[in-house]
Amino acid sequence: MALGILGRKVGMTQVFDEQGRAVPVTVVQAGPCHVLQVRTLERDGYEAIQVGYLDMPRHRVSRAARGHVAQLDSKGQRKRAAAGLQPIPKANCEPKRYIREFRGAGDGLSVGQVLSVEVLNGVSAVDVTATTKGRGFAGVIKRHGFSGQRATHGVKKVHRHPGGTGCNTSPGRVVPGRKMAGHLGNVRRTVRNLKVVKIDPQADLLVVRGAIPGPNGGLVIVRPSNKVG
Amino acid sequence: MNKQELMAAVEQPCLKSEVPYFEVGDTVDIHCRIVEGNNERIQIFNGVVIARSGSGTREMFTVRRIVQGEGVERKFPLHSPFVAKIEVKRAAIVRRAKLYYLRDRVGKAVRLRERRPDQMKKRQNREAFWLRQQAAKSQKRSETTA
Repeated sequence: MALGILGRKVGMTQVFDEQGRAVPVTVVQAGPCHVLQVRTLERDGYEAIQVGYLDMPRHRVSRAARGHVAQLDSKGQRKRAAAGLQPIPKANCEPKRYIREFRGAGDGLSVGQVLSVEVLNGVSAVDVTATTKGRGFAGVIKRHGFSGQRATHGVKKVHRHPGGTGCNTSPGRVVPGRKMAGHLGNVRRTVRNLKVVKIDPQADLLVVRGAIPGPNGGLVIVRPSNKVG
Repeated sequence: MNKQELMAAVEQPCLKSEVPYFEVGDTVDIHCRIVEGNNERIQIFNGVVIARSGSGTREMFTVRRIVQGEGVERKFPLHSPFVAKIEVKRAAIVRRAKLYYLRDRVGKAVRLRERRPDQMKKRQNREAFWLRQQAAKSQKRSETTA
């Protein structure tokens, strides 16, 4: 089973299933991703595969980023060659905009291999991780779903306020964890167990049932769901 | 492919290949497929199209009729498999995209000005334009899939 794949949220729409019911779906353009590194227990202390998604123009990235994906001529390389050491395997692709790691044994995967959405073939549900839309400083109604106060009956200028936050002299403080206004959104969130509706390898499309975090065009990390049942 | 093309690729299999041309103001017969257990039958809902909205698989239209003096509106997904057939019975001259003003009317005032055969010219032009658009769309689709 594949460890996962990177993609971009395209947008939401609806499709009709075999029974004719409308199913809300999110379209994700997933892959193609290059495997840039395979991390092993011996060398790195943990197992993972590192994948890159979306090309960047070479002149826009640093030499280090170029050297990460392709063999460059450098002093270190020449030294290593002179010492008779194998050059570190490189993917030999364009520099990547997004580079992420998937923990787990990359069995059979080697550096330079291209992952397409087909790695999710046979997967019935996925977990999707992305950064939610930032809402800035939000009040308690929007942020925590508080009910607010009445519109009338003497309520003055505090219609969307949280109301009381605690007791009196005892304990004489606000207990930690009190829900208050503050920054909302722009955090990493995972939506689990989204059913896979369709996989279209020709257009690199993955269609899942339901919503996923983030704006259209945002990076999403798709993994086969580890949720049981 | 850009966003529109990707979305179209997903929606395309769910779109009906043939949708009749109809406008807001038309009186239509909607043949609804109704599934009861294992039986399936067709029920006809007749009324005036008072609104159309959305695009692609999400296109919806609203049909209003008067049943026993009470206004009844049903909103259908245009491409739903449960909408088996749409028949245009009459066309009317309307000057709005949404005929929500019919909700405030009762009795004779609900009637719309019917389009007589000699007044069909404009409608036919619109229909021809729509058909050309559809043809262009399907051609584009076949090009992208080829």
